Amino acid sequence: MNAKRSDKIATGVLYAMSGIIVLILALLLFYILANGLPHISWHFLTAPAQSFEKGGGIGVQLFNSFYLLILSMVISTPISIWAGIYLSEYAKPNRLTNIIRTSIEILSSLPSVVVGLFGFLVFAVQAGFGFSILSGALALTVFNLPLLTRNVEDSLRSVAFTQREAGLALGLSRWETVIHVILPEALPGIITGMILSAGRVFGEAAALIYTAGQSAPTLDFTNWNPFYIASPLNPMRPAETLAVHIWKINSEGIIPDAAAVSAGASAVLIIAVLLFNILARLIGNKVYKRLTGV
Amino acid sequence: MAEDKIRASLLKESKASKREKHGKILSFAAIGLIVIVVVAIFIFVATRGIATFTVDKGSLWDFFTKSQWNPGATDKSGHPLIGALPMIVGSFAVTLLSAVVATPFAIAAAIYMVEISPRRGYKILQPVIELLVGIPSVVYGFVGLSLVVPFIRNHFGGTGFGILAGTMVLFVMILPTVTSMSVDALRSVPRYYREASLALGATRWQTTYKVVLRAAVPGIMTAVIFGMSRAFGEALAVQMVIGNAALLPQNLVSPASTLTSILTMGMGNSVMGSVSNNALWSLALLLLLMSLLFNILIHRISKKGALH
Repeated sequence: MNAKRSDKIATGVLYAMSGIIVLILALLLFYILANGLPHISWHFLTAPAQSFEKGGGIGVQLFNSFYLLILSMVISTPISIWAGIYLSEYAKPNRLTNIIRTSIEILSSLPSVVVGLFGFLVFAVQAGFGFSILSGALALTVFNLPLLTRNVEDSLRSVAFTQREAGLALGLSRWETVIHVILPEALPGIITGMILSAGRVFGEAAALIYTAGQSAPTLDFTNWNPFYIASPLNPMRPAETLAVHIWKINSEGIIPDAAAVSAGASAVLIIAVLLFNILARLIGNKVYKRLTGV
Repeated sequence: MAEDKIRASLLKESKASKREKHGKILSFAAIGLIVIVVVAIFIFVATRGIATFTVDKGSLWDFFTKSQWNPGATDKSGHPLIGALPMIVGSFAVTLLSAVVATPFAIAAAIYMVEISPRRGYKILQPVIELLVGIPSVVYGFVGLSLVVPFIRNHFGGTGFGILAGTMVLFVMILPTVTSMSVDALRSVPRYYREASLALGATRWQTTYKVVLRAAVPGIMTAVIFGMSRAFGEALAVQMVIGNAALLPQNLVSPASTLTSILTMGMGNSVMGSVSNNALWSLALLLLLMSLLFNILIHRISKKGALH
């Protein structure tokens, strides 16, 4: 076989294999949306879930997912920004920094089920939070921190060094330079990373089944006092999220319309993740344009 | 007197340096917290996981070689039945098989995106891969359960649950990770390698196959191991399609189990501190150690690759 011919064949094979990947995604999206979209209605999105009967919704689970997302972002954002600042501005290339970087790497590659079990042991059992939103949010924070920190560090590093020199030359301290000069400039990258990780957190289930729990008690949406037990804002109540709900109805299979509910819920999850992706892209592009003045 | 005031104001810490100190402490505390969490995870999981062997007198040999998993019961000599071989075999089987299936596709897509058509690759494949990463694992599990399992049942027999279903789900799940890391590996091959090869009269495929791919081997291996580490640790999607029977898999379509699937199923049904609970923590410890091993492997390879 001559070289030209094998070149052509190889190219054809590569085209075909790449095409298969695109087909797989198309099939996945088509399957989920075609099965799920017909089930999505206002009733489905707002009604509470049923345990034994047909016609349940995902209202409480949807609310729980968002509440948990917001709570864990509130906890993990400042920590990751501080940690990122340390890594990009203060860390010297020595052994300690090496240890820190290795731990972050290990944490980011831990299976999420291990993070969930750790959260169960520490937050739910030892700290006594039980199956609660708080335990779940803390477990998600552990799961989220390494990636967010790395994202903050990378964004800070991509800011030109001259900016730091300018800040220092104006008599600002290093910290003030970071907070007032570097951080604002790195913000677009940081925000894009945050939104992407929000999408990841939104679909996470393995870290939550033993921390936020697998039950969704009925909520009283008229009472927003966080200390009231059925209040939507109460952080100490168990809270099954949308992703956990899909897992649970599929592995227990008590409700008769499990397939329909999980198809609808999967579609909602996918759409949410898509929105997070698009949002991250839009904001990234917009800020990039503003920065480069195009 | 006036001199003293000036002296004092000069010697006093300025507001800026105070803030600097606070900021530095704050950022160091945050990074310290992360390190503490990592150490705590290891300590907590290890103490629970080791208790099976120290407190409950389980045998480490049984754990890795026996295939009877019933930690609540004991055998004749009073050791708990903690044969984890079925789960270990299951985990390794789905991990290796999914990596074997995913690697050619990932490399093909990476070559397409870097060597053949970067513009179309960026426009079509890049978003496709980002979307595949974004799909939550329970959704993969649900699609596996309602699409892949019936398909296997109808075409290959059995119940449809098993290693094959797990492999197919994991293949799609790790594909984007392996692809995007392979793309990075191919991109980092210097341009002049390609130019030199093309100038010798090699075709594009010859250049890709004989020059670029070989130069990118360490990077691609890192990508594959990274994908395997994700496959090994994936819990819910696999749990939904593998059948969850703690038996040694007879073939690719008989119900099997993985470390993660038994872990997620069992943890809710056992009491803290009991033998069966401790045995589950031993599985978690094994999972943790494997993730550490994958990490070390990646480090080794990238260090070796850097020498070239």
